[in-house]
Amino acid sequence: MNATAETSVTATTAPPEDRIPFVEEIKNLLYASKGNPISTCIQCGTCSATCPVASGGFMDNSPRRIIAMIRSGFKEQVLKSNTFWYCASCYQCTVRCPRGIDIAELMYGLKRFTVWRTEHQEGLIGPTFSETFVKMIMRTGRSYEPVLATTYLFTYGLPEMILEAQTATSLMLKGRLPLLPARIKRLENFKRMIRHIIPIGDKE
Amino acid sequence: MKKYAYFPGCSLEKMAHSYHMSALETTRALGIELKELEDWNCCGATAYFHVDELLAFTLCARNLAMAEKEKLDLVAPCSGCYKNMFFTREHLKHDADLAEHINEALAEDNLHYAGTSSVRHLIEVFAHDVGFDAIKAKVTKPLKGLRVAPYYGCQILRPRKAKEDVEQPRFFEDLISAIGAEPVDYLLRLSCCSGALIITNRRAALSMVRNLLECAVRSKAAIIATACPLCQVNLECYQKQVNREFGTDLNVPVVYFTQLVGLALGIPPKRLGIGSELVAVMPAIREVLEAEPAVANT
Ligand code: SF4
Ligand code: SF4
Ligand code: SF4
Ligand code: SF4
Repeated sequence: MNATAETSVTATTAPPEDRIPFVEEIKNLLYASKGNPISTCIQCGTCSATCPVASGGFMDNSPRRIIAMIRSGFKEQVLKSNTFWYCASCYQCTVRCPRGIDIAELMYGLKRFTVWRTEHQEGLIGPTFSETFVKMIMRTGRSYEPVLATTYLFTYGLPEMILEAQTATSLMLKGRLPLLPARIKRLENFKRMIRHIIPIGDKE
Repeated sequence: MKKYAYFPGCSLEKMAHSYHMSALETTRALGIELKELEDWNCCGATAYFHVDELLAFTLCARNLAMAEKEKLDLVAPCSGCYKNMFFTREHLKHDADLAEHINEALAEDNLHYAGTSSVRHLIEVFAHDVGFDAIKAKVTKPLKGLRVAPYYGCQILRPRKAKEDVEQPRFFEDLISAIGAEPVDYLLRLSCCSGALIITNRRAALSMVRNLLECAVRSKAAIIATACPLCQVNLECYQKQVNREFGTDLNVPVVYFTQLVGLALGIPPKRLGIGSELVAVMPAIREVLEAEPAVANT
């Protein structure tokens, strides 16, 4: 079994950037967003004020600031920011934005952008977590909590790991952690379906 | 008897098994049939949307297509699953090219999604499809005097467009009243519990969980009710870590709304999965359960 099989999205999906202005690149990311373009943002700061993560001081740039930075073409600084990786996708900002901008989808878009380009900030757990999760679903069609926990453990270090292990052990004792990952039945069809969307290359 | 295709989602298989058990017990008692969707796949949670949106839509569409094949609406007990499948359906409905592309992929599994089956959250089924009066009529053990903080969380409301529904929902409070308990008002009932940040940014997550729990406890809630396995795990299983991190003394049980409804319908706690929690539920409900069955059903 070739464990190193390339299962992440291939570089061919990334646009030939640099020629298009950054604002335009970002616009192209917002496939699913039905909100207004970020050019309509009035910088009122409602998004930052309602964001439970930003208002706790955990984001290096607030959502409002990220939008200002994108519009001014601060590409490198935006991509290096932890803002979108620390976004919990709670849609609070989207609901409240007076200009109808779908900020939560913008955050998703930025995550995908940095995953494709592998340009995210050092030391973030979000990207590893997401990729592990995706690979797992691609293999089994289901997610498996202990695998996620392991990714977490390896990334976080010892003190956190002990705490996590305590939680995991208590859950295990209560019969709340599965011992074996589940699999869907029509797995072959499922994998073909996935390959239809993304050419994954050789599978293990 | 109303029938739905039931999409348990990965966490209900083990982590949130008590949600699964209590969902099945209570729906049966209320005359609803949940038929588990055959060979369902993970909806991709939020992680998938971080990596590839099209693929995320495809995963959700496969589940929708299988429900449609059975001519049933899909019911999800997990707010994350619900939101993902709801959004997928919306996008496919409004984007014919996208729908075509995804249906080509679905054809690999002999499936097709035309958009007729819709998606419901389990709590919506209770609140709207069954209705508060019908629930009230079946209550044999009203949870009198139990102060319950309804925790909506975020994803459950976001898909809806009408402002009042998103900003001032009342259905969870009404459901709690319908089973004879007392809904507690508190500020953060709609705030996010931090979701997957519990894994990706522990510090931020614990502080969000702390704010929420303290807010509920300050309003004298004896118990918190949730409608999502991730909300439940975040609020319950990390209380110890919150206490260690912030020197707090939190110890508040967090249950699924189906467990409370089940108790009020007279279903024994064991069959609702009560006993598998890390913060014991029984001390908070014993008194209510042992109360004399005064004049029920009036
Ligand atoms: S709430 Fe909307 S308009 Fe206001 S700063 Fe944020 S994105 Fe801009
Ligand atoms: S969706 Fe993200 S940016 Fe918006 S309020 Fe929630 S956490 Fe903050
Ligand atoms: S969101 Fe969570 S519970 Fe729902 S299917 Fe995906 S991993 Fe499973
Ligand atoms: S409150 Fe938390 S777990 Fe619940 S839906 Fe929101 S992010 Fe998910």
